[in-house]
Amino acid sequence: MFILLGEVNLKKDIFKVANKKIQSRLIVGTGKYKNFLETAKAVKASGADMVTVATRRVNITDKKKPMLTDFLNPKKIIYLPNTAGCFTSDEALRTLRLAREMGGWKLVKLEVLGDKKTLYPNMIETIKSTKILVKEGFKVMVYCTDDPLLAKKLEDLGASAIMPLASPIGTGLGLQNKINISLIINQSKVPVIVDAGIGTASDATIAMELGCDGVLVNSAIANAKKPVLMAKAFKDAVISGRNSFLAGRMEKKFLASPSSPFKGII
Amino acid sequence: MAKIQLNGKKVSIRSNISIYDLLVRYKLNNKKVAIEHNGKIIQKVRYKKRLLKNNDKIEIVHFIGGG
Repeated sequence: MFILLGEVNLKKDIFKVANKKIQSRLIVGTGKYKNFLETAKAVKASGADMVTVATRRVNITDKKKPMLTDFLNPKKIIYLPNTAGCFTSDEALRTLRLAREMGGWKLVKLEVLGDKKTLYPNMIETIKSTKILVKEGFKVMVYCTDDPLLAKKLEDLGASAIMPLASPIGTGLGLQNKINISLIINQSKVPVIVDAGIGTASDATIAMELGCDGVLVNSAIANAKKPVLMAKAFKDAVISGRNSFLAGRMEKKFLASPSSPFKGII
Repeated sequence: MAKIQLNGKKVSIRSNISIYDLLVRYKLNNKKVAIEHNGKIIQKVRYKKRLLKNNDKIEIVHFIGGG
């Protein structure tokens, strides 16, 4: 009876970004893999139905060079164009306008970086870009710092999702400021997706247990010794974390409480 | 003949070919790409009408793996 009820509840637990239903709360990046075949295998194992992609020049000197779209069908998987590598608002806008022309997608991930060493988001340029993109009809998921005030500002400007970093991109340092992430989760009416810095599957579980709506992972899967297996680990970790959040953890106590009753002891 | 700058490289083309012709030459006409012609994004429906001339700058981009 209880199990049945649990299943029913889980079915109602729908993840939506900009009114678009997304099956998996794990979004994966497609960078840093050995080749496109490995990318495709890892994406499949992760269960993700949304992947981030970057926009770059076509290699015109090698006409036979394989393309990502030959391995990940944009009709079957949601492409989320990003602005990785952009350091100014103008660069980010140019990239996303091109991406929109390419695939017709309005749902995009904005990321404007401020510093090459830390790849920390430049929030001044990010806010400026968000304003313009929203005005142009884009649905913008925004990579940002874990500052609750700036996260609120982005939401007020019309961001479709808030994507605070766990720690700097590609570091694998995990969630460094759970308090700030929690503050952002509690105040936001749009989805909060932790992006960047996740190092291993348990980091994703922790983020989901805090109440994040989803996580975005790239390096932790691509740089694992066995990326496809790690992709599966992340799939399970995100489901576990979400279930754990929905179940509601027990209260923390200072003193012990026995699991077996004292009554009837021999 | 005309010289254009394609993705940062100098390339010789026949005069007055269209963007579509250029895509065919690079086997990109059936691929998911986007194009900037002298800094302006060109809609797909205009590829055949848009002609290239000397010193034009063309950027052809596509999606690659990224986080």
